Amino acid sequence: MKFLSTTVRLFPIPRLGAALLAAVVLAGCSSVKLDEAAPVTDRTPTPVSPAGAAGAGAGSGAGSGAAGASMDGRTVVPVQTPQPGQAQPPANLERVIYFDFDSYTVKPEYMATLEAHARFLNADRQRRVVLEGHTDERGGREYNLALGQKRADAVRRALALLGVQESQMEAVSYGKEKPAVEGSGEAVWSRNRRVELQYR
Amino acid sequence: MTAAGTLAAVSGLARAQFRVEVTGVGVPQIPFAVAPFAVPAGLPQDVAAIVAADLVRSGQLRQLPGGTTVLDEMARPDLAPWRAQGVDALLTGSVRRLADGRFDVRFRLWDAVRGTDLGGLSYPVSAADLRLAAHRIADYVYEKLTGERGVFSTRIAYVSKNGERHQLWVADADGENAQPALTSREPIISPAWSPNGAQLAYVSFEALKPVIYVHDIATGRRRLLASFRGSNSAPAWSPDGRRLYATLTLAGSSQIYALDLDGGAPQRITQTGGIDTEPAFAPDGKAVYFVSDRGGSPQIYRMTPDGREVTRVTFEGSYNVSPAVSPDGRHLAFISRIGDAFRLRLMDLSSGTVTSLTDTVADESPSFAPNGRLIMYATRVQGRESLMTTTLDGRIKTRLAASGNVREPDWGPFPA
Repeated sequence: MKFLSTTVRLFPIPRLGAALLAAVVLAGCSSVKLDEAAPVTDRTPTPVSPAGAAGAGAGSGAGSGAAGASMDGRTVVPVQTPQPGQAQPPANLERVIYFDFDSYTVKPEYMATLEAHARFLNADRQRRVVLEGHTDERGGREYNLALGQKRADAVRRALALLGVQESQMEAVSYGKEKPAVEGSGEAVWSRNRRVELQYR
Repeated sequence: MTAAGTLAAVSGLARAQFRVEVTGVGVPQIPFAVAPFAVPAGLPQDVAAIVAADLVRSGQLRQLPGGTTVLDEMARPDLAPWRAQGVDALLTGSVRRLADGRFDVRFRLWDAVRGTDLGGLSYPVSAADLRLAAHRIADYVYEKLTGERGVFSTRIAYVSKNGERHQLWVADADGENAQPALTSREPIISPAWSPNGAQLAYVSFEALKPVIYVHDIATGRRRLLASFRGSNSAPAWSPDGRRLYATLTLAGSSQIYALDLDGGAPQRITQTGGIDTEPAFAPDGKAVYFVSDRGGSPQIYRMTPDGREVTRVTFEGSYNVSPAVSPDGRHLAFISRIGDAFRLRLMDLSSGTVTSLTDTVADESPSFAPNGRLIMYATRVQGRESLMTTTLDGRIKTRLAASGNVREPDWGPFPA
């Protein structure tokens, strides 16, 4: 009997950074990358500092579109195109929608929140939101992934009815894999049955 | 260190990451003994002990003392005293160093009742493969004594989670030699061995949404197979290894699609507006079992691979998920919600009879061993997530518990 070696070599794969959206995208997965730290465009021209510090103008966002006069007339100030509108909605806007057990409909008490998100998204078609659906811990992982997707999809449809374009939204699911609160019991489960609106 | 002359401890070897416990007894158990092997000093693995632990772990064999006299494969022992002690089968053997640095592992199996030689083999192996040689011996003994093919040389895949550290592991079926294939700060679920055991498909959330990778075990290289709009999950290999069925949300709801491994657009298979997920091929490739809520609650159905003919399979209760088909196509393992408990169940597909296999309450993810005699599943025991195996009658169980939480097992195929 011939002996076959089955030596396994495994290479630990280093952790990948976040937001590694991939090559094989089929339908409309827009990949506009939003600079989360970008401040609101400031259109007031500002004087350019002396040549040694000219580099500061390019990154600060303060000197958008302004070609201020340089001290000695030879420094060139890079012109920046207007930055996209602010990518994150106001910090005080609620971003989590909770669901009842076995339910995939958005409760009326969350409509005001969704309307505010819709206003924010409708104001700038470059803005994009990922709707993350979650379930509580009970049941199989894959079926819960589908249930979480149903919740995310319900929020997506609600936003679409409020005018948000499909290209601005993606509904995904984490199933039961990322609870907001660990543990068991209805007090915990009710905090995990949710959709989170993530602006990425 | 020698295990000869002692009843093998039920737990695995001292360095084992997993501790194996046999609970329950199968009747009848074949009594066997392993005589001390002739081995050189400093041998890095106790081959005889690994063989004994494998056989005991099957629950179908019972180990009796092997005495203190070394018996190698050339010895012709007097079998009468063994027979008198109640031993049905006696294993002898040796390990010798070869000139090239490898080891020659040899054994012979004796039928103590009939007084006959049941044969033996030799395996020249590197030190790293000594455990595998032991597993091959256990397979040989198991097959000679039970008539069934052993699964001691197979591998399993599973996922561990420790805080935010998620890892996909490949280990021997006894839990040893675990090596991480992937380490991630985001969850990993649904590992699925390719039919030839060379690749693992799995779902990773590293891109902050579920996507499907196909990962070559030997090289560590992997390919992103499905990252379509929304969620991509539940990969299931066709028996010829050429396609993966998976759950995609391209059309809005979770539906099953066929993905050709060579690329190309996914082909939609199920046609409902609800949830269709968890595809699982029958081994003959002529049917795909899956979960659907088209009847109002999650139940298991069967369809032709083109999706045209659909038949409902589960009728008891309001929640049946996670189908796994036995290698002979005769049984279906799945998870039912019964009250508040999620429990592993087994259906005889010809009669439709369903039995419960466990009394735990958080069972998940059943996977058949390639000889069809065992099911591995994930469950929670005393608050800890563990992997367990059970025989199809539910009588013999083993627990593989690691430090930390382990889940999502998939049992690999017979080695090539």
